[in-house]
Amino acid sequence: MNRRFGAHGAGSDAPLVDLRGVTCGYGSEAVLDGVDFSMSPGRFTGVVGPSGSGKTTLLRVITGTVEPAIGSVRRADGLRLAYVPQVETVNWNFPVTVAECVLMARTARRGSRRRAPWPSGDERRAADEMLDRLGIGGLGARHIRELSGGQQQRMFIARALLGEPQLLLMDEPTSGVDVKTRHEIVHLLGELNDEGLSIVVTTHDLNGMAAHLPHLVCLNREVIAAGSPSEVLTPTVLERTYGAPMDVLEHGGMPVVVDHYGFGSRGRSMPLTGESS
Amino acid sequence: MNPSAFPAELSALDLLGPLDLAFFRNALIVATIAGALCGLVGVFVVLKGMSAIGHGLSHAIFGGFVASTLLGVNVLLGAGAWGVASALMVGGVTRRRIIGSDAAIGVITTASFALGLVLIALFGRTARNFEAVLFGSVLGVSRVDVAVVVAVALFAVTVVVLHYRSLLFLTFDPEVAEVSGVPGARLEALLMLVLAASILVTMQVLGVTLVAATLVIPSTVARMLTSSFSRMLTLATLIGATSGFVGVVVSYHLDVQSGPAIVLVGATLFTVVFLATGRRGRMRVGQLAVAHGVPPIDLREARAPGRARGDESPGRVR
Repeated sequence: MNRRFGAHGAGSDAPLVDLRGVTCGYGSEAVLDGVDFSMSPGRFTGVVGPSGSGKTTLLRVITGTVEPAIGSVRRADGLRLAYVPQVETVNWNFPVTVAECVLMARTARRGSRRRAPWPSGDERRAADEMLDRLGIGGLGARHIRELSGGQQQRMFIARALLGEPQLLLMDEPTSGVDVKTRHEIVHLLGELNDEGLSIVVTTHDLNGMAAHLPHLVCLNREVIAAGSPSEVLTPTVLERTYGAPMDVLEHGGMPVVVDHYGFGSRGRSMPLTGESS
Repeated sequence: MNPSAFPAELSALDLLGPLDLAFFRNALIVATIAGALCGLVGVFVVLKGMSAIGHGLSHAIFGGFVASTLLGVNVLLGAGAWGVASALMVGGVTRRRIIGSDAAIGVITTASFALGLVLIALFGRTARNFEAVLFGSVLGVSRVDVAVVVAVALFAVTVVVLHYRSLLFLTFDPEVAEVSGVPGARLEALLMLVLAASILVTMQVLGVTLVAATLVIPSTVARMLTSSFSRMLTLATLIGATSGFVGVVVSYHLDVQSGPAIVLVGATLFTVVFLATGRRGRMRVGQLAVAHGVPPIDLREARAPGRARGDESPGRVR
């Protein structure tokens, strides 16, 4: 296993980011309420929760875009982090090519005195290599709109990686992509984590994404539970997270979450799926 | 119609207008450079979805113009300070997402415009030069005006060249740009400063009511012609310069105000390019995300309606 990422000097077991008692909100409504969240180097954490549970806000607190009203945020000295927003928030009509987009990562590089409007030869080569590595080599000259959904995700991951981050934050990387693309993204992130990159993703895809991750945090304004998928994907935790009853089955040693509907006579509820045995 | 434009022997230079008149030469230079300047700055304004700000700022500056004229303060300084203050106020309100930028522009700038109109009604002795400011005039453009517009243009080009990559990142993806270390607040303030200065020096030949068009038309036409950011900047600058130059010549020959003439030249260019580039051009400026030149992609799936968009975040906060 080559470790391309995450080398950041001595004391490398100290958390990359450490949130203590973070409360913040928009207006009077608290979106996050007393959230503790710590990210050790090399970890791959999924943040799950329903819409409006504060997942994106948690990422924004980590990046520093949102300041908590109460609580503290500590980041490791000189932490390089990369953020990949939801693809829906991107202006796909913007006149920019794939290569130009990826090269944005080198815009404000620490220590760089380069002021020329165009990228250097080294930067161009690095961008090409990164595109190759993510399986979208040769598409650099295309307009960003000419990529498929999976390729667009890869482009943004390429941009993030070109900044040589220690911590990668991705907001809903598998939302709106098909099953094959989702598999590719999950595998790609797994490989990057194996190479030492610390990753936080948000998702509301429990079976397609969360169940495959090594570590999960269940969030609904506050942290409901944290641990491995088999520890936290339980009916009790899920009901507290999502506010709706769910059943958890097991398939090949992995938890499978199914909706739990109370159709039929009152009190006798039947899961719709997964009753094959 | 101005009869002096059609002497018995017509040379190509005569077609341009009375180049022997200093004010006309100056007006031609100012309109060309101001058009280029607005074309360049307009690219950022249009791509940031802030077309309304150009319209708003010019109206806001009108208030400052009237106030400083009546008070006997240097108009460029007075109206300039007023414009920069309005721009920063709009930018600040918008950044904090207290209210939307459209509403912020609506409140702050129209109030300033209204204040200008009230001041004229109460204290104005001659409405004549205020009308020139509203609709643009080539009369009385001095060498000082030329020097000022050249200085602002140099300033704008310097800002764009020095901060090209940061501005591109910030315009495309402000949140990630700031996370990646681009000084967003500082650069946006700088951009607002450039914008306010551009409007100020453009006001004389274009008039406050029409400045917005010179910000929006060149970059929209450029966008129809290219999908490259750098080419869009160059093209918008050239289109703006052409509109300004041709507009002043046309205004002389038709004996109409220079502002409307410049805008109508731009609008004609827009129509020609719109028709010539066809579906491809329309798609580039359209908001619909449809791939051009390649088979359908699953983007529609990715932006399918019904899925809440950014639903975790009730308003973007920085």
